[in-house]
Amino acid sequence: MMATAATDVALLQDVTQFIYREARLQDEHRYEDWEALWADDGVYWVPANGEGTDPDLEMSILYDNRSRIGLRVRQLMTGRRYSQMPKSELRRLVSNIEILETGSDSVTVGCNALIYESNYKGETLWASRNQYVLRRVAGDFRMALKKVVFVNNATPLYNMAFLV
Amino acid sequence: MQSHVSARRSVSADKGIDWGDLIREDRVHGALYTDPAIFEIELERIWRRTWVYVGHESEVPKPFDYVMKSIGPEPVIMSRGRDGEIILLHNRCPHRGNHVCVSQKGTARSFTCPYHGWTFNADGGMRGMPFPAGYDKVDRSTLGLGRVARVASYKGFVFASLAAAGPSLDEHLGAAKDALDAVCANSPSGEVELTCGFLKHKVKANWKFVVENETDGYHPGFVHSSIFQVSGSRITELYGDASQSLARYLGNGHTEIDLRPEFRKRGEPLSWFGTTAARLPQYVSQMNEAYGEEKAREIMIDGVPHIMIYPNLFIAEIQVFSIQPLAVDETVQHVTALQFKGAPEINRRLRQQTMGSVGPAGFLLADDAVMYEGTQIGVGLSNPEWLFIGRGRHRERLDEQGFLVGNATDETTTRGIWRHYRSLVEAA
Ligand code: FES
Ligand SMILES: [Fe+2]
Repeated sequence: MMATAATDVALLQDVTQFIYREARLQDEHRYEDWEALWADDGVYWVPANGEGTDPDLEMSILYDNRSRIGLRVRQLMTGRRYSQMPKSELRRLVSNIEILETGSDSVTVGCNALIYESNYKGETLWASRNQYVLRRVAGDFRMALKKVVFVNNATPLYNMAFLV
Repeated sequence: MQSHVSARRSVSADKGIDWGDLIREDRVHGALYTDPAIFEIELERIWRRTWVYVGHESEVPKPFDYVMKSIGPEPVIMSRGRDGEIILLHNRCPHRGNHVCVSQKGTARSFTCPYHGWTFNADGGMRGMPFPAGYDKVDRSTLGLGRVARVASYKGFVFASLAAAGPSLDEHLGAAKDALDAVCANSPSGEVELTCGFLKHKVKANWKFVVENETDGYHPGFVHSSIFQVSGSRITELYGDASQSLARYLGNGHTEIDLRPEFRKRGEPLSWFGTTAARLPQYVSQMNEAYGEEKAREIMIDGVPHIMIYPNLFIAEIQVFSIQPLAVDETVQHVTALQFKGAPEINRRLRQQTMGSVGPAGFLLADDAVMYEGTQIGVGLSNPEWLFIGRGRHRERLDEQGFLVGNATDETTTRGIWRHYRSLVEAA
């Protein structure tokens, strides 16, 4: 685990740039560009009622395999996904980025995120702890897992039909 | 054990309300969705008086299990007593009113109030208070947790009424019992379970918009066209102008969209679930074993009903919703996947499809939510003042059983709901 400091800094920088790019694509509703960030076996998970024990047994707000991620994107692109018409105005801040684990072909990353949403209902803030498993692919990363744990995910929540 | 609840809030706000002025056969007034005084009357005469769905027995499988539920805006603790009975308690300490339970679920032989340490048995009875000498000559039997006046179950579905007297649950459910029977018949064991936790989806809209939408067969082809298009779903056929499905009013506010005519036309088992018998071989053989091939085939063609049991239990083929009003313009839908006891193969698919469809990010329900919220904003505007609910009045008819039915897209359901509503709010 004790790689050289220089390697750590370079990796953290790459990871951070990737996560910032993902955040921007989500904020700007660039659905297809965002979809391209996923690995072929990617899993997109937003648990309900806590950290999420077993998504195969308990209800999650969102638990998409790769094909369902594609379905989600295609639905958003129909122009009739009414829960995003008009689209939410979004800007999110991502911080506290830490590399939690470095494997031979992937890194596990933790961070905090705060999404500001403005829509017809008014303003909503969404705070979460995020976890990524990023796989190294051809000098870049692909998301093999993105898990978003909203701090208030056990309470009743308004629509979140935008990408979180 | 006394109930402190029913007489708590007396409503004088309805002096002068002529309900017939607001509710007509083909129109309802927008104020019914926006006026806080009307919301208070509804709490008193609907949510604190009639039978309300609370939860399912499978959520508290063992003695002393409990789970936090609600009756209208009010939280209640649903627990299982020592002898297996279902108990509903108000989460309010009889001393100074603090809550005695802060977790959403668990197992507890007693509840202790954190403020001054009063302790209560699982059935709510007073168990002890610290420094008891200070309560010399006080009758402890009057200092238990409030117990919900009436609790009754049908097929594991637990209902409650905060009023000590009134129609029985049996009378209230009426024809809806057949639908609950049909739900359970789809399980090879004859039993359903709600065991995978709830999504809580909040909308800025009056609860009645949610209730009415559940059996509004007019909207799916429009509101949900995006997901039907990209998923290649056949659901649009069920809610088209040519659909043979029926909108039915079952009495007592209960409504359904009966999709069986369309499913029977297809004649394919499990088509209701968007799949085929070949994809769920284990479930199909369990069903054949339980009911015999002929009966099993009929059940698997008809599927699970799409029924709104007034005022708050909605069963939509693969999922179960409980509707909770929080304020005149705020409502929560608690939703989970229907699970058939002892049928893991289909249960897995029921969970996956439910997760995709419902909740704040659901392919279906997120789009319903913006319609509730849009209508809520709309009824706050001044012109026109009324909502038109007359669709299909001219073709309404009685079915063989004497229930009022309309075409799949007709507002027969909505009109039935409003007739019942009026009878409830007019009963002072
Ligand atoms: S408020 Fe509960 S013990 Fe005092
Ligand atoms: Fe809908």
